[in-house]
Amino acid sequence: MPATTDTGSRTRTGRTRGTRSRHNFRGNMLPAALTVSPVAIWFGLLILVPMIYVIVISFCSLDSNYNIVFRFTLDNYKRLADLDYLQIYGNSLLIALTSTVICLLLAYPFAYLIARMRGRAKIALYMLVIVPFWTNSLIRIYGWRTMLGAQGLFNKLLMGAGIVDKPVEFLFTRGAVILGMVYALFPFMVLPLYTALEKLDGSLLEAAKDLGARSLKTLFTVTIPLTATGIFSGCIMVFIPTLGYFFVSDVLGGGNSSMIGNVIESQFRRGNNWPLGAALSVILILITLVLVKLYQRAGGDMESLGG
Amino acid sequence: MADVTDMTDMTDVPDVAASTDRIRRGSTSPTGSVQPSPVTPTKRRVKPGKRIYRFSSVVYLCLIYLFLFLPIIVIVVNSFNANRVKPYIRWTGFTLDWYAKAFQSASLIQSFENTLIIAVVSTVLAVLIGTLAAVGMYRYKFRGKGVVDALLYIPVVIPEIVLGIALLSMFTRVNIPRGMLSLIIAHVTFCIPFVVFNVRARLAQYDDSIEEASMDLGANRVVTFMRITLPMLLPGIAGGALLAFTLSIDDVIVSYFTNGQVKTFPLKVMESIKSGVSPAINALSTIILVGTIVIVVLSQSGILSRRRVHSSSR
Repeated sequence: MPATTDTGSRTRTGRTRGTRSRHNFRGNMLPAALTVSPVAIWFGLLILVPMIYVIVISFCSLDSNYNIVFRFTLDNYKRLADLDYLQIYGNSLLIALTSTVICLLLAYPFAYLIARMRGRAKIALYMLVIVPFWTNSLIRIYGWRTMLGAQGLFNKLLMGAGIVDKPVEFLFTRGAVILGMVYALFPFMVLPLYTALEKLDGSLLEAAKDLGARSLKTLFTVTIPLTATGIFSGCIMVFIPTLGYFFVSDVLGGGNSSMIGNVIESQFRRGNNWPLGAALSVILILITLVLVKLYQRAGGDMESLGG
Repeated sequence: MADVTDMTDMTDVPDVAASTDRIRRGSTSPTGSVQPSPVTPTKRRVKPGKRIYRFSSVVYLCLIYLFLFLPIIVIVVNSFNANRVKPYIRWTGFTLDWYAKAFQSASLIQSFENTLIIAVVSTVLAVLIGTLAAVGMYRYKFRGKGVVDALLYIPVVIPEIVLGIALLSMFTRVNIPRGMLSLIIAHVTFCIPFVVFNVRARLAQYDDSIEEASMDLGANRVVTFMRITLPMLLPGIAGGALLAFTLSIDDVIVSYFTNGQVKTFPLKVMESIKSGVSPAINALSTIILVGTIVIVVLSQSGILSRRRVHSSSR
């Protein structure tokens, strides 16, 4: 009986495959061209060409009127090795790393709790993570600025409770920038973690429990290893944007906490040294490429980065 | 020979279906009744621990949501604050003046209009291009597919600022005027991948044989696409469109580099931050938030009820 079922199913799948390839051979090129060429042309002209152009500019010089001249130079990259810039890299990496770690520590238990729920409450709580996105992100960051200020909510609470006598300077510190980054990017950490934790087979957790593992041991030997690619994907989705979110460090850091994004922004919008800004952008592109390659090597699929 | 396999095939299909059905039905009811007896004693023993665990998880969830919603509460409360002295922080009483002011400010309304126009046009374009691309890339093999696929991931993983300056450099180079057109082009670019990924996820869980049935029954490619493929992809398309629209109305960074003189609402906010954001902006943000919630709740309940009809008819 099992044998006949087997042959039956095999012929069925075999036939399905045959039909599909027959459909495919019948004029494959025209529909493929019609459906895919719009996106291919659009992304060729608006992603591939501009990216290459940025790389080209990063090797160009400026004339006395700040116009880009197509004369090859490595000066822009040499300037990026200046001590001033080293401090900005250090600050950027510190803020990006700290924000990523804090995001992960806050988001993992959160995503775990929601992923283990059932029914309508689960959908509702999941949607609630996205609702803040419907208010402009800049104005929410500005909301933090009003709360952190000398007359803001936190200082009022602290002074009202008699914990401090004069306002604490939360604002315009590195801590405030990290808070803003964690806030702005928290959902990007939650979504891949949630997806990974939801796929996690609950029976494995029960098996670990039945075999006598304590909850912490289960967490470190079953749950975390099985959701590792989700963790990696969340970390990438927080770490990389942090380097470029110049408005968060503008609004909450007040110029005391310049990051790579702020330098690029000022070169392109105010300083008018586009080649220098482009060189710094190329560095961001390289960081992104390296992290994504590492992620793929660790077995992560690109789909879950697209969330 | 062919006849025999066909016969076994035909007789086997209902049999397999019935047996899986039996297994499925069987597995839910016996384990449902068997499981509690060995598990309950251990459960009863850890009950106080479990109660602490449950309590602390609820507290934790509440704290996270407080963190996420605190700035929004501040925005909404400040939109009703009668205080007229910068930086408009101290609560001095309730007023609706800021809502009136928001509607009287021509530049604010203009920026809001721009944002809506850009979001609607770019969502429509991104949905058209993205859906076609998702279907084509799922269905056909062609040269350069890997390249297109890789290009689609660039706007998703690259820092937005790099996309912003790349488009700015390109627009300057080929003399595309900075304004509504350049903003729409830029927004379509970063919206397309999200439509493609959403539609592709939907395609992956869908049964090709229904389409084959349609073609075998004599429908041509176009009719099959319009009457079979498209309706089945609709939830994926709707999800992608919602995401694209959200990304577009909220975009700060890419717009900041590609706008020229045109101000979108986020750019208007950015401009006003230096001098202290007027509560009129809070008022408009509150209206946008409430509007979005209403739209999403309506569309979600629509999708949910449609899905329920589907599953019950099955």
